[in-house]
Amino acid sequence: MTYAFDYGWLADYWPVLLKGIGITVELTLVGGVLGVALGIACAWARALGPTYLRPPVAAYVELIRNTPFLIQLFFIFFGLPALGVRMGELQAANLAMVINLGAYSCEIIRAGIQTTPRGQFEAGASLGMSRIETFRHVVLIPALQRIWPALSSQIVIVMLGSAAVSQIAAEDLTFAANFIQSRTFRAFEAYFVSTLIYLALAILLRQALRGIGWGLFPKRSAR
Amino acid sequence: MNRRTLLALAAGALVAAATQAPLSASADALATIETNKVIRIAVPQDFPPFGSVGSDMQPKGYDVDMAKLIAEKLGVKLELVPVTSANRIPYLQTNKVDLVISSLGKNPEREKVIDFSTAYAPFFNGVFGPADVTVKDAAGLAGKTVGVTRGAVEDLELTKIAPADVTIKRYEDNNGTISAFLSGQVDLVATGNVVAAAILERNPPKRPEIKFLIKNSPCFIGLNKNEPALLAKVDAIIAAAKKDGALDAIAQKWLGAKLPADL
Repeated sequence: MTYAFDYGWLADYWPVLLKGIGITVELTLVGGVLGVALGIACAWARALGPTYLRPPVAAYVELIRNTPFLIQLFFIFFGLPALGVRMGELQAANLAMVINLGAYSCEIIRAGIQTTPRGQFEAGASLGMSRIETFRHVVLIPALQRIWPALSSQIVIVMLGSAAVSQIAAEDLTFAANFIQSRTFRAFEAYFVSTLIYLALAILLRQALRGIGWGLFPKRSAR
Repeated sequence: MNRRTLLALAAGALVAAATQAPLSASADALATIETNKVIRIAVPQDFPPFGSVGSDMQPKGYDVDMAKLIAEKLGVKLELVPVTSANRIPYLQTNKVDLVISSLGKNPEREKVIDFSTAYAPFFNGVFGPADVTVKDAAGLAGKTVGVTRGAVEDLELTKIAPADVTIKRYEDNNGTISAFLSGQVDLVATGNVVAAAILERNPPKRPEIKFLIKNSPCFIGLNKNEPALLAKVDAIIAAAKKDGALDAIAQKWLGAKLPADL
């Protein structure tokens, strides 16, 4: 092997990388929070909501889960302007991620809700709680607790999938890596560094989600 | 005559033939063309819109039309020779063709080995935008959003000359840049005139018009050195075609725009 590794470009291009990290983190935060919120609303609608709400929500979930993220992104960014809906690449990326995570997390959370024993609803009602209160305190939290590991994985997948937004010139971490590669032609080094950063971000995100889980859910006795 | 003199004579004839042949062939290419009533012209077949093969398997494009025009003005038959960008100059040097009309740019290395006619086709990259956006130079881009294909020459050049408050959006490939322009995600695009022509060919709602040049490298017809008669004739044909609008018509047909004034 005669290739000489050279990381000298880091001195010039670290602001590009830093900006890329910032955008990836921003996309993940907005996409994660709003996506899970949308997922909870859709899961409620599909599992417990009024019957007229179920078909449209099911259609949304199946449409998103059965088409590629990249196509959804291109449709929002390049396609919608034809209908007069034009948004910048960051808004388009945020929207695409919220819509995408909303659909996947809907199904994960619905699984948690539907495995809630009937007695739990009745327990809520017997305590004089309204249907909304029952859903919030008695159904949702234990349901989230059951599916938290699956939901955490999905959020990490969405963060890694955000690499696709570089295709619409959103300057995330993948864009930064591509940009540096095309300016320095140091492909190995540029992608190696971005791989390490993604790995670190994913590990941090998993730890953060575990921490949120500890705070959100009541301690359970070991089973 | 004994055998030895015969051999010597034969060898002498061979040497003479070997040294004479290329000389006589290139003594006056124009005269040879006029005697043979045929001109051999190298054209590209993999570089639309300059040269490609149509659905009827016939070569077509800007360079092909230019070759036809020259043959017609010389009053001789045209023999098109398909070449690649790597072998177009060797074909000329080894006398397989009389002219190279193959979107050939001029540079000092090439000028050492072949001669060039005057420019016959525009080839440049620059900033393009719709008619209602008024930009005359790099400074005029201030506050605007410009799309460009990441890593392309125009990306590197634009990055150097653009003022600080220009937003440059870098797309993965020409397709992304074109889509961003057509969907209004960027005000302007920096790209080559050939790419702009490809957009125009699709008859888009937004027509990219040239705002200013970033880098200009027009195309020239290549011919062998020491052919003053042929060079003068080719230059005269180009000058006449520029004057009577024939070249404008070719440019309009293949590049969707008339010749720039400075060509």
